[in-house]
Amino acid sequence: MNELVKVSGLRVTARNDLDELVTIVHDATFSVNQGEVLALIGESGSGKSTIALALMGYARAGCRLAGGTVDVAGHQMLALGERQLAALRGRTVAYIAQSAAASFNPSRRIMDQVVESALIHGLMPRAAAEAKAVNLFRELALPDPAHIGQRYPHQVSGGQLQRLMAAMALITDPDLVILDEPTTALDVTTQIDVLRAFKKVVQERGSTAVYVSHDLAVVAQMADRIVVLRHGEIQENGATAQILSAPAHPYTRSLLAAIAPAARPAGVQVKAPQTRPLLEVRGLAARYGAGKGGAPVKRVLEDIDLVIPRGATIGVIGESGSGKTTLARTLAGIVAPSQGQILLDGEALAPTLEGRTREQCRRIQFVFQNADTALNPRHSIERILGRPLEFYHGMKGDVRRRRVLQLLDLVKLPAAVAERLPGELSGGQKQRINLARALAAQPDLILCDEVTSALDTVVGAAILELMAELRRELNVSYMFISHDINTVRSICDEIVVLYAGRKVEARRREALAAPPFHPYSHLLISSVPVLRRGWLEGVEVRTPATLPPLASAGPAPDTCPFLDRCALRVDGVCNRLPPPRRELDNGGSILCHHGAATLRELQTPLGVIEGEVA
Amino acid sequence: MTTSVPPPIVPAQARRKPHRRLSIAGTAGAAVVGFWVLMAALGPWLAPDDVGSMNGDAVFAPISAQYPLGADFLGRDMLSRILQGAPYTVGVALAAVLVASIGGTALALFAAARGGWFDSVVSRIVDIQLSIPTKLLALIMVAAFGSSVPVLVLTIGIGYLPGAFRIARSLAVNVQAMEYVQAARARGEGLAYITFHEMLPNMLRPVLADFGLRFLFIVLLLSGLSFLGLGVQPPDADWGSLVRENIIGLSEGSPAVIVPAIAIATLTIGVNMAIDGFAGRKRRGA
Repeated sequence: MNELVKVSGLRVTARNDLDELVTIVHDATFSVNQGEVLALIGESGSGKSTIALALMGYARAGCRLAGGTVDVAGHQMLALGERQLAALRGRTVAYIAQSAAASFNPSRRIMDQVVESALIHGLMPRAAAEAKAVNLFRELALPDPAHIGQRYPHQVSGGQLQRLMAAMALITDPDLVILDEPTTALDVTTQIDVLRAFKKVVQERGSTAVYVSHDLAVVAQMADRIVVLRHGEIQENGATAQILSAPAHPYTRSLLAAIAPAARPAGVQVKAPQTRPLLEVRGLAARYGAGKGGAPVKRVLEDIDLVIPRGATIGVIGESGSGKTTLARTLAGIVAPSQGQILLDGEALAPTLEGRTREQCRRIQFVFQNADTALNPRHSIERILGRPLEFYHGMKGDVRRRRVLQLLDLVKLPAAVAERLPGELSGGQKQRINLARALAAQPDLILCDEVTSALDTVVGAAILELMAELRRELNVSYMFISHDINTVRSICDEIVVLYAGRKVEARRREALAAPPFHPYSHLLISSVPVLRRGWLEGVEVRTPATLPPLASAGPAPDTCPFLDRCALRVDGVCNRLPPPRRELDNGGSILCHHGAATLRELQTPLGVIEGEVA
Repeated sequence: MTTSVPPPIVPAQARRKPHRRLSIAGTAGAAVVGFWVLMAALGPWLAPDDVGSMNGDAVFAPISAQYPLGADFLGRDMLSRILQGAPYTVGVALAAVLVASIGGTALALFAAARGGWFDSVVSRIVDIQLSIPTKLLALIMVAAFGSSVPVLVLTIGIGYLPGAFRIARSLAVNVQAMEYVQAARARGEGLAYITFHEMLPNMLRPVLADFGLRFLFIVLLLSGLSFLGLGVQPPDADWGSLVRENIIGLSEGSPAVIVPAIAIATLTIGVNMAIDGFAGRKRRGA
């Protein structure tokens, strides 16, 4: 057990907005053994990336490596000059960044970029490097390993690009690989493939790695040891099994608790079903692009039916590009649907904002995903919250001021915040303001677009808690959009699964954990990392080769959108006929050729389906 | 390499006190502009001599007690000439830049907000106008309508409007895509509130910077026109005309050439410093 990396007393300083010197990493001391995977975990601002970069002797602009030692494979990284560091970077220490899309040069072929570091360090001739790269592509389970290098970065998917970046880092056989949130920007169904590829490569090569992440469940699959960070200080350093099962530090325990938010029982049970629903959507479709002259039109939403009862919370989940945000935007009137009807209390709403009355606008409020851009940076919080009060309710002067303070109190912010600008608040505080602005209108329905996605787990859990509480107090309905099934599960009464713009499944929360599932929902649910070691190995592997074969005849129109990835597809049925919508006895519906009984049989038990690790 | 000495732990630098970023340049610029605006208003009354009072003996006289800034090619007091020229240079240029910037920004906001055919038509008309050199346009207008202050203000204002429109429109299109603008639209706000309360404050900084630059160009164009004899007509003179009138004094080392040039320089630099200071002022942590 020789130590490859030894960090002792590392201190990093930076200047803040007020030009004060602040220490962002305090006396970090840890070591990584040869062949070990160490995870650095913490929320944003905990200094995890800063420490990872310090392992390369690098500090981001404005930061300074102020003290301590970093020893990597016998090199004192903090004592070396730029030239000596350049000789080590990419060769002794390699780095895999969070956004592969931003790390590749879009104007050069992938192969040129993958072999670049081997050529720069003069390790091998070009032909040998390319042969090695193809080998790595194969190990990373990339499709068509012999030719994928000839493509440009925009011609491969995000998950593939992330794996190509791993190939780029591993081409020089570095002693240490740093992975900085490599799967954070990916959909869960893609993340699982990338994680599996990383894990396999790391195991086979016996690489030493430092894995930076905020997601404990992901880290549980990858790491041998976990270092928990907070505010630049190491809270706990222990073996993965110990951290997960017997966390010693209270902060680690709070992190673990925030990962699986407790289910909140529906505040208002949907009353008699015969009462008129608050919002009803019938046959909604939305398309982008000019449709004149047979020009290709992008179908974003297709044939969506939705009922939102008063006081209920509807969750909408799906991967990026599935049309979740567009659905919310059509309801809010920001995007005009191309077909279908939206009924508010049984009354048809105009497709665009121009046709809606102020009262209709007031009753449906939209909470944008990113509070950084959703709040006008030049308006004070009081003005941001006061405007809807004045606009919808005609409040002025002292009345308005009092109501603003009430709203701040409602979202648990101090009154002093009213004077500030959005730029002076933290991410979680901004998201609370974002929510408070919607509440100011006293709406009947709040459309929440990924409101917790940009926030840390603990902060996000607090926002969810707040939303559930407000629902009980104010009897509003939510439509809650997310790509994270855990979030949706914790707050929603009913869940709608979108895939490629189609509503493939709707189900009640109570029925969420039990089959039958639509094959896509099943894939989605079983792809969410579970906080248990060995979970990754237990998940069924799906590659195009393992799917049931289809006759090569081109798909007929309106067949199932999930056809290409479905493990349960049936040749001659799924690729010829549009799938029927089946009503299930648990109150949900599924868009699939398979009946409930068949699906139930195929999908028990959930998650722990035995499969071979590729 | 394993024997290399670890770097010494550097003691934390003494904590610098957080200082308010009070822009000295901005304050100085504002003072200069304030001074010239005051002179534009009061100059003609403060001037010691009349426009026409000549003294044949004092042609290109150097700086003296009688002529604090020297005398010009007809022996007129340069201080009085500058003070009497201030309303033309400051006033005409300021009026013209206001026409150009306010007109251009307003049109741009409206075009961006309306979109569709209105945006296309306005943008194409502006593109056509951009292809006509401003100086040429000004020459044609002055030739057609004669030289008077209203003609100058309108001609120059309209001549510089397309540039202001282009910059403001590109800013408006970017700001319009921001979620807070969409949030206001979803709230059901009217066009006027969205443009003036949500969009304009976030475009103000670059628009003001453009305003300062445009003011500078206009002072130069006005001076150029006067230099050609097409601007302000004698015996009145703006600062550009003063430079032209006295250009022969350059070989004699007369202050009459350099003093109006300095006046032009201080005004344009002052305006830009003031705007940079104003637009760059930040609130804590913003």
